[in-house]
Amino acid sequence: MGNSQHELQPMYRTMYLIRRFEEEAARAYSLGKIGGFLHLYIGQEAVAVGAEAAIEKTDYVITSYRDHGVALARGSSARSVMSELFGKDTGLVRGLGGSMHLFDAEHRVLGGHAIVGGQLPLAAGVAFRARYMQERDVTLCFLGDGATNIGGFHEGLSLAGLWKLPVVFVCENNRYSMGTPLNRTTPLADLTLKAAGYGLASDRFDGHDVLTVRDRMRAAVERARDGGGPTLVEVLTYRFRGHSMSDPGKYRTAEELEDFKRTADPCALARKQLLTSGVAEELLSALEQEVETEVMDAVRFAEESAPASRSSLDAFVYAGSSGH
Amino acid sequence: MSEEMERDDRVFVIGEEVGYYQGAYKVTQGLLERFGERRVVDAPIAEAGFAGLAVGAAMVGLRPIVEFMTWNFSLVAFDQIVNNAAKMHQMSAGQLRVPVVFRGPNASARQVAAQHSHAVEPFYCNVPGLRVVYPSTPRDAKGLLKTAIRDDSPVVFLEGETLYGLQGDVPEPEADELIPFGSAKLVREGHHVTVVSFGRPMPMLTKLADELEREGISLELIDARSLRPLDTATIVASVKKTNRCVVVHEHWPYGGPGAEIVDCVQREAFDYLDAPILRASNLDVPMPYALELENEVIVGPERVRAALRQVLYLD
Ligand SMILES: Cc1ncc(C[n+]2csc(CCOP(=O)(O)OP(=O)(O)O)c2C)c(N)n1
Ligand SMILES: [Mg+2]
Repeated sequence: MGNSQHELQPMYRTMYLIRRFEEEAARAYSLGKIGGFLHLYIGQEAVAVGAEAAIEKTDYVITSYRDHGVALARGSSARSVMSELFGKDTGLVRGLGGSMHLFDAEHRVLGGHAIVGGQLPLAAGVAFRARYMQERDVTLCFLGDGATNIGGFHEGLSLAGLWKLPVVFVCENNRYSMGTPLNRTTPLADLTLKAAGYGLASDRFDGHDVLTVRDRMRAAVERARDGGGPTLVEVLTYRFRGHSMSDPGKYRTAEELEDFKRTADPCALARKQLLTSGVAEELLSALEQEVETEVMDAVRFAEESAPASRSSLDAFVYAGSSGH
Repeated sequence: MSEEMERDDRVFVIGEEVGYYQGAYKVTQGLLERFGERRVVDAPIAEAGFAGLAVGAAMVGLRPIVEFMTWNFSLVAFDQIVNNAAKMHQMSAGQLRVPVVFRGPNASARQVAAQHSHAVEPFYCNVPGLRVVYPSTPRDAKGLLKTAIRDDSPVVFLEGETLYGLQGDVPEPEADELIPFGSAKLVREGHHVTVVSFGRPMPMLTKLADELEREGISLELIDARSLRPLDTATIVASVKKTNRCVVVHEHWPYGGPGAEIVDCVQREAFDYLDAPILRASNLDVPMPYALELENEVIVGPERVRAALRQVLYLD
């Protein structure tokens, strides 16, 4: 077994965890146990997992509302994320945020953010601190293709480029901004063209193969860490589910979806690579069974946890002791 | 909207998912088929951009309707609305007009948490140069929207996200019924206490009024529906009759149109009041996700009942 196959196995496990976690979350949503908006990451798992493999635990990550994959890849427990979706006191943010607002300071997850583009200037700020303190932390900022049109994107890149901040903007181009295909939100076919205007480096690659994502991300991360400045990375990917659970997805054909599922399923691809490289089927099944147990345990834990607490309502409006 | 687009070629709609997707909440359903891409414009996620574009187009004669997918997203376009739309007429000493309607669903929906649950009326009501309306029935929505589209000033048109499901009769196109700004609606006559509200709480209050009727308490219910200008005359006349007043609103309790109504009643009907004017509102916290907590935060019948008991000295 080659070295990279050895590394692929845990990455496959995390991708499979995200996949099964979200399938169960979708089920719970249809049973009314989860409310609000639920944006699934299914189909895009290789991006968060490959990116995670390219950074250190001490680096920072910030993302949009499509945030379950990122949090799980960082190491937030399935229990704490599922409980959050269920709106329980044991959730990552005690039931205050739900699906769109996962924060986990311990794992340096600085939030799921629900206003498109809002996280980009924040990411510049997180990277600004590293420069200010002369530390070597890198910030990863995930965003969608649709987000490249809003002011926050342009101002965030503008500042990051100007001050050569150690941040990598990871644009997950899943070809749609809600129900609108890319060619109706921008005249560009290549989103990395937007990097040049702000003095950022850029890279663009296919995001279905987790090892490719890791290797290409490493280059951008090392550039940031070594003072080479920020990068805009465009990762070509695809979401297999609707924009959120309330989206019937009438804007794309069943053939297109099936095509991507057949040729570009990151979990299936990694599994195949592992088998080809000689990992035994039994080993993979055992690993999958382990994930299954972990996910079902998370669901049970979430169901059995105490509801969000009334005291959380006022407790976090102001920080410190001077508030009322 | 379609009636007004039929009537005036200068009227067009712009916003995210308003065309091919038929509107995120289906408000613009069928418009693209009927009026084409020239007049039903799908915009990318660039609220400051398309709100500003609408203001610019209006300065030179078009009459845009800007749909915000929800009013939460107007906050990234706040500068365009407050600094440009609201001020242009005054800054140009009347040379330019900005007949834009900004519309979309407002306030909390269901468990969409802190960044997606803003009741924005206090932000916009504070700004001279803007008109702000907030209908709670299909008929009022239609009549006020027609007025808004034909008005020569920028209008903030708030729709209750949870009110979209309400059904009700609306006048036929031929009726061309316009509801003027600055006219509150007396929804129900009563004599013990005046309740003033607007937007989402209205259906809840109508139901509550029925219940209280059976308990021997008679509410006079007023839907302010136009928040700027505000019809103080209708409200004050009612309080002079009932001598008591409770204001119910979904926005945060610090300031806003709720407080404005209280201020006007205490000034103009002070001698008629038998009790302090109270407000029942959402709690003063960012909206939480969990259902139990959200229900706790959003103003409901229990909080209104408590205020009513106090002004009626029933405790
Ligand atoms: C400022 C703002 N405008 C609109 C929305 C509503 N909205 C949420 S997600 C979304 C589409 C985003 O597409 P993209 O950036 O491609 O990310 P994806 O959902 O595909 O991951 C829209 C329009 C929002 N949350 N914030
Ligand atoms: Mg997208």
